[in-house]
Amino acid sequence: MTLPFAVAIATGRNETAAMPSSRTLLVLTLLVVAAILGIASLAIGPAPISPVMAMKALVSDQGSASIVVRDIRLPRTLLSLLIGWIFGLIGAGLQGLLRNPLADTAVFGAPQAAALGAVIVLYFGLAGALSWALPIAAILGALVSIGLVVTVAGRSATVVVLVLAGLAVGSLAGAGTSLAISLSPNPFAVTEIVFWLLGSFEDRSMAHVGLAAPFVLIATLAILAAAPGLRALALGEETAKSLGIDVARLRLLIVGGAAIGTGASVAVAGSIGFVGLVAPHLIRPFVGYDPARTLVPAGLAGAVLLLAADCAVRLIPSNVEVKIGVLTAILGVPFFLWVIARRKAELSETPA
Amino acid sequence: MSALAARSLSVRLGRNQALSGIDLTLPPGRLTVVVGPNGAGKSTLLRTLAGLMAPSEGSATLGGVSIWTMRAAERARTIAYLPQGGQVAWPLSVASVVALGRLPHGEAPDALPPDGREAVAAAIAAVGLQGYEDRPATELSGGERARALLARALATRAPVLLVDEPIAALDPRHELVVLEVLKAHARAGALVVAIMHNLTLAARFADEIVLLDRGRLQAHDTPSAVLTEERLARSFGIAAHIAHETGGFVVVADRPLPQT
Repeated sequence: MTLPFAVAIATGRNETAAMPSSRTLLVLTLLVVAAILGIASLAIGPAPISPVMAMKALVSDQGSASIVVRDIRLPRTLLSLLIGWIFGLIGAGLQGLLRNPLADTAVFGAPQAAALGAVIVLYFGLAGALSWALPIAAILGALVSIGLVVTVAGRSATVVVLVLAGLAVGSLAGAGTSLAISLSPNPFAVTEIVFWLLGSFEDRSMAHVGLAAPFVLIATLAILAAAPGLRALALGEETAKSLGIDVARLRLLIVGGAAIGTGASVAVAGSIGFVGLVAPHLIRPFVGYDPARTLVPAGLAGAVLLLAADCAVRLIPSNVEVKIGVLTAILGVPFFLWVIARRKAELSETPA
Repeated sequence: MSALAARSLSVRLGRNQALSGIDLTLPPGRLTVVVGPNGAGKSTLLRTLAGLMAPSEGSATLGGVSIWTMRAAERARTIAYLPQGGQVAWPLSVASVVALGRLPHGEAPDALPPDGREAVAAAIAAVGLQGYEDRPATELSGGERARALLARALATRAPVLLVDEPIAALDPRHELVVLEVLKAHARAGALVVAIMHNLTLAARFADEIVLLDRGRLQAHDTPSAVLTEERLARSFGIAAHIAHETGGFVVVADRPLPQT
């Protein structure tokens, strides 16, 4: 990241120099905002703790403040950052792969399918909520849904086909989950499943972080490995192949990464959508629309957005905390519609 | 540089026999134009020669080396390919689209070394798009975009250049600009193969013409030897006459012949 920057500066070319510097600035800004939000997130909650106290409580023993910050607020802060990061990265990866700004796991029904996978495990009592079986079942669910949509939609599907395929897969998964809930003999289990489906970072522990982190890391590596190919793919599959890109491998890396990241996230935090749809959009103008250079900033933007949303749900006055999955959907769906409205003409014709 | 050769090359697309037993040797330093009616197998031939499609039978070699056993990166450095009617998915700048041609050399478009930058600038100049470097490729006219994409293929500086209908979207002036670029590229030693529908321009610019019809090679020779009234009637189903001009000839299509 720094080398191209240095080269561009050294050569003094305006156009190449301007883009890396604005991207570097963007990345730095996002990191600073994430850090500020991270501190805020440690300070926000029912127990009044100042940001300075929160920092102190994090690094040294401050009695009950330390317990609140370390055991309650730190896990949800870390999970928001991790999951926001991977959602932003997945969104940018899928949009690059399908050459379509409306691609996202939420549009493909992946969170619902991942949730179904997890619900099946929980329902049949195959494993507890903190077992590795849960993320693995969720990953399998996400893999089936994303794989199904990408296969059904095919290589040159229009956005309509893509969204319809996602709708079908999402509905099917939703129906499966509803079936499991309606057949459940235990009303408490039902409440638990429903609440978990809505998506939340409430009452998560470091064990949840430990459960999600390895998968997030694997998904990150898979998607970043696909970066150079995404760039070539902007000119279409044939051109990418003629430029020496292994398109099948690229598809595998991104679909696999998206499934692993989505599955692990859903397993620990329930269904949270639309972060991956919004984050890359905010980033693209700053990186010259290059799908490879969109990835890392989109991940950071996703982390910032989700952490901001998680701070917001704690600040919204209500008896019970607003579920973050509900908030992201309330904000994300209008955004989705806005993108459709703005790009209606081209979307009706452009193959994905 | 060595020749591109096809030996009894056959390609099957589903149930359709797209190419049957093509034997062809294309020498370097020449501009070869492939002509033929729609569905003749022109694009399939080009894709197969580019290594993007495997034949069902036969072989294609470059300098005796099979195109399908070449490593992907090496093949990409050796054979540049421009598909028909290319699109750009994102509003990337013209300069970054052209810079994608440097990917086979392992050069990232945002960190080109000096010779990479030189190749990109030369390719942009060759197609007459200087001053367009920062324009988003999605906002170009069809002709400008076609030239930007050709510049992308030129920027690779591959010894073999395969282009599918490079002048389909262009106005008369830019048709000539692009054909002159291809001709100059061939004169500089490259092996250039272009698919075209404009027979008069093909006759004027091609060193050799390959005529395909229904997946079979009908003729491969100089323009005047290939483009005869009789062949045009048989392969294209048109009544045409050849008007001889100083320095070349014009193919005048008079009327379609009844389907046989």
